[in-house]
Amino acid sequence: MSAQEGVPTSDGQRFLPGDGPHVALLAAHTRHEIDGWIARFPAGRQRSATLSALRFVQEQNQGFLTEELMTAVAEYLRLPPIQVFEVASFYSMFETHRCGRHHVSVCTNISCWLNGAEEVLAHCERKLGIKVGESTPDGRIFLKKEEECLAACTGAPMMMVDHEFHEHLTAEKVDKILDDLK
Amino acid sequence: MAANPQEDLINVEVDGVAVKARKGAMIIHVTDAHGAYVPRFCYHDKLPVAANCRMCLVEVEKAPKPLPACATPVAEGMKIFTRSKAAIGAQKATMEFLLINHPLDCPICDQGGECELQDLALGFGRDIARFNERKRIVKDKDLGPLISTDMTRCIHCTRCVRFGQDIAGIQELGTTGRGENTEIGTYIEKSVEHELSGNIIDLCPVGALNSKPFRYQGRSWEMTQVSLVSPHDGMGTNLFGHVLRGKLKRVVPRANDAVNETWIADRDRFSYEAVNGEDRLTTPMLRTEAGWRVASWEEALLAAARGLKAAGPNLGVLVQPSATTEEAYLAARLARELGSNHIDHRLRQRDFRDASADPRAPELGRSLESVDGLSGLLVIGSHLRAELPLLAHRVRKAVTRAGARVAFLDAVPRDYLFPVAAQLAVTPSQWVAELAGVLAAVAEASGTPVAPQFAALVGATKISAAHRACAEALRNGTQRAVWLGALATRHSAYADLRALGAEIARMGGATFGVLAEGGNAAGAWLAGAVPHRQAAGVATTGGRDAQAMLAEPLRAYLTVGPIEAGDFADPALAHRAFAGAACVVALTPFVTDELRAQAHVLLPIATFAETSGTFVNLEGRFQSFTAAAKAPGETRPGWKVLRVLGNAVDAVGFDYQSSEDVRVELEQALVAAGIAAQFATSHGVAAAGSSATTDDVPMYAVDALVRRSPALQATLIARQGAQGAA
Repeated sequence: MSAQEGVPTSDGQRFLPGDGPHVALLAAHTRHEIDGWIARFPAGRQRSATLSALRFVQEQNQGFLTEELMTAVAEYLRLPPIQVFEVASFYSMFETHRCGRHHVSVCTNISCWLNGAEEVLAHCERKLGIKVGESTPDGRIFLKKEEECLAACTGAPMMMVDHEFHEHLTAEKVDKILDDLK
Repeated sequence: MAANPQEDLINVEVDGVAVKARKGAMIIHVTDAHGAYVPRFCYHDKLPVAANCRMCLVEVEKAPKPLPACATPVAEGMKIFTRSKAAIGAQKATMEFLLINHPLDCPICDQGGECELQDLALGFGRDIARFNERKRIVKDKDLGPLISTDMTRCIHCTRCVRFGQDIAGIQELGTTGRGENTEIGTYIEKSVEHELSGNIIDLCPVGALNSKPFRYQGRSWEMTQVSLVSPHDGMGTNLFGHVLRGKLKRVVPRANDAVNETWIADRDRFSYEAVNGEDRLTTPMLRTEAGWRVASWEEALLAAARGLKAAGPNLGVLVQPSATTEEAYLAARLARELGSNHIDHRLRQRDFRDASADPRAPELGRSLESVDGLSGLLVIGSHLRAELPLLAHRVRKAVTRAGARVAFLDAVPRDYLFPVAAQLAVTPSQWVAELAGVLAAVAEASGTPVAPQFAALVGATKISAAHRACAEALRNGTQRAVWLGALATRHSAYADLRALGAEIARMGGATFGVLAEGGNAAGAWLAGAVPHRQAAGVATTGGRDAQAMLAEPLRAYLTVGPIEAGDFADPALAHRAFAGAACVVALTPFVTDELRAQAHVLLPIATFAETSGTFVNLEGRFQSFTAAAKAPGETRPGWKVLRVLGNAVDAVGFDYQSSEDVRVELEQALVAAGIAAQFATSHGVAAAGSSATTDDVPMYAVDALVRRSPALQATLIARQGAQGAA
């Protein structure tokens, strides 16, 4: 598919992605993924693809968004940049500041808390030598700030690592999970 | 759509009173229409519904919970209670939440006294706060030189955000973060640049967004509100001037749905800074051998009268196109009493051929309100957003809400913030040829031949796809219009462009309009401030137009209103003409080095805010106003100075007691006159030379007032405009 043709939309029409100066920052595979999401909505509703677009862009950039990348998404989807920033700043899965590439979120909501989440979190902090909300100096791990209930109470205490759930945590299990992150 | 409006009415009950309501209307429309006030913050008549402040909760029978009146459509048999215990309880609860984080800084807040939150807190707030936690603090944003921010006061109604999305057409502000961390802001550190952005100051129901130049300048309850009309463009935008001890402190919109709705442009709002500027002329001044000296009015007027009288038929009169109708009328009468027809207000126009076909005044050709319903429009030579920001807004409404198709012929492609159906962006020397192409395409589509005077030019034209696209856009629907903008009126082949534009309109079944420059061009025409027409359009001969009277210098000149080098098509020509004149009398609110070098007598006259007068807008609407502010020093209203000057030169019938007397005299002449309102010509159109050109005057350089507003000059639009002109 060439840029001239645009992306087919769910209503049989086409959306022609914008090509501002920042669009080149989007990798070919990222653009391909975004196109796939544009295709799920009717023409003129490409704003609906913002959330998914940001997810792929954050992945491409190893875990966080930059001003330039958010501008690139806005240009590509032909949206005012502020609309992209609204989404990026609203959802907790997006990071708009530099951070480590693996996102570790220890749930500290009620079920996990009653089952020792505080100790799990303290163990992570000790092991990694950082406080919650910080990243390791080598840029490997980002200990995400204050994660709320992720709906895995039956496996409490739990944590999420890069969108993957790990349940019934113990110090040994946590060590293994963190050591395996490259 | 609705064949019978009766069928679309349903029965509802508001606070126990049975009323009819339109199907699909929101509860708040119905309660407002029947005088049952429901408190609101986020709801605004002109903005899309957000329903996020929850202040307008009302009780509806059989509904389990209170419903937001702004977002709940009425249904047959619905019983609405706006003042019931449940409704008031819900409203009070909402208010308590809104006040949790709102600072108690009303005494130092500019919004104090005119604050929707303050007003409603009086009715719905508790006198004791139950919230004992920390209040949040939000960092202020830098939105540029026009709008000050105190973001801790924000209650997240999102009116400013929706204004950007829906009215301005470019979303510059947004809601970032969430929950406790929600903030209104721009994308990373950016200012707000749209030419209507100042309206968010009025939209903001609290003191979060305020006028930066007005910051800490006065309290709302101390000021007097006086009606004014904007002098910057032909809209006739309705304004209120807020005056404290005779000083114009700020300008805000005066709602008039037929003209400006509830909006005003930024230059309408902030040009008042010039009225209070440093370079006001405060006393009459006379040039002597030894230089300039202060003079009494009597002395100065006699000196002026001597100079003008000595010139007689060799006098040239230049009227600023935003001078009041009364000033233009008296200036024109004065010139003719002295035997001169050399009077003009079209300072930037270059081409005056085909003057005999001029209609009685430049007009839009339809009402401003009807622009909202346009279906097809061709705009020739206009940077619409800069020339008439609020007309551009109405065109945008026609496109986004009524599906209008708009085509532009311009020198460069511009961002109109709506989808443009066709755009011919070509160098001005090609405009005549391109317009002939559009005419050919219109003729082709309608299957009728063009009138003889266009045949030669049109016959030699090759119709391009772009010409057809313009013709097609214009022919869309039944509500069609062709307009010539200021870039066209300043074009060196204006007569040809006008004849072609009018023919395109005729053949395309469209109304034809000329968007003349200045706040009162139509008034100046009707008052006779043109060389070939006396008041009310009575034809006369022998007068020189604005270009000719400078190109072939005259013995004396009288200028009325703040006229400066930047107002002329050819500033060098004006400079030469004034330098060589025996006497130059300037009626002006401002004194500059340029004036000191050129004039012999300086007479201080009032600005639009300090005189009574009348502006006539582009739809022919007469709007009179009274003086709002006190003019500085010895300054007098222009009409009074001209009246006394008339006496001083022994002119007949200059005994007016008020500006109203002047207007009444003109109105009587207008009633008696029968000159054609519409433009029709047999002008033979020729191909333009390669040197044909026009002047693009930036939005904040258009007149002496906006050029003197520090706030407007600090905007990105002004800074970019200055670069563009350089």
